[in-house]
Amino acid sequence: MTETTPTPTSANDALVGSSYPPTERYLVSGVKIAEFAAATGAASPLHFDQEAARRAGYRDVVAPPTFAVVVAQRAEASYIDDPAAGIDFSRVVHAEESFRHHRPIVAGDVLSTTVHVESITHRGGISMVTTRSEVVDGEGRPVSTVLSTLAVRGEGA
Amino acid sequence: MSADLTPLAPGDLLFETTVTVDRARLVRYAGASGDFNPIHWNERFARAVGLDGVIAHGMLTMGIAAGVLEEWVGDPGRIVSYATRFSRPVPVPDPGEAELTVTGTVGAVNEDGTVRVDLGVTCNGRGVLAKAQALIAVAHAPLLPVR
Repeated sequence: MTETTPTPTSANDALVGSSYPPTERYLVSGVKIAEFAAATGAASPLHFDQEAARRAGYRDVVAPPTFAVVVAQRAEASYIDDPAAGIDFSRVVHAEESFRHHRPIVAGDVLSTTVHVESITHRGGISMVTTRSEVVDGEGRPVSTVLSTLAVRGEGA
Repeated sequence: MSADLTPLAPGDLLFETTVTVDRARLVRYAGASGDFNPIHWNERFARAVGLDGVIAHGMLTMGIAAGVLEEWVGDPGRIVSYATRFSRPVPVPDPGEAELTVTGTVGAVNEDGTVRVDLGVTCNGRGVLAKAQALIAVAHAPLLPVR
């Protein structure tokens, strides 16, 4: 702790409640699911073996539960990189993350993601910025809802 | 839902395991996730922004815990929700590796056939995830505690 009074961050409250246009459609490949599963140490054959996934009742290999971050972070970037957002990414740490899956993501899904600026709160020179990314499939049906909270540190915080 | 949840009670320990993370793992996760923030692979950059060195992606730690959880669940598609707070960074030394201890306990057995699993992840004896909870939709086979 320092004696310095932290200055507020420039995170722009006026954007709360707004959203950005949906991201380009993202085709989920079995290769990407396998790569993500291997990186996180998820060993289930349902991530790697199409036949095993089909026997378990899926159309194709199943994504790990945090895979939706791949599309959510792309959507979040359209907000975070927006100069109007006032977020200095070099002063950001990830504070919270939450996934709600309306159904599992499987290879072959064509996903589109819309990011909403859910809330911004300021305390002690730190701004907590929460986004909600709604991931839908090619028919517009809900797939996942991803909440992400970033802590943005002001100067001296 | 016809699951037999009777073997499970809040507080039951479901699993406890350790997972190691080295710099190569961080690079691999960066590529897999598309999160190329240099604080996760570039020592010089990490120190320049005030860290003691390279740290793991919070989402990698969350993903690793999910991987351990899946082994118990069996079918990853049964994990219907999963949330956490990132309470402390995970420093990943080079040379060397960080060691994560991942535990899962029954948080709640719900009447709608779901089970809440509370996950704990520690590094050097200190919690790095807080309030990490996953909701599992139990389909047909009963899920059993390890002890």
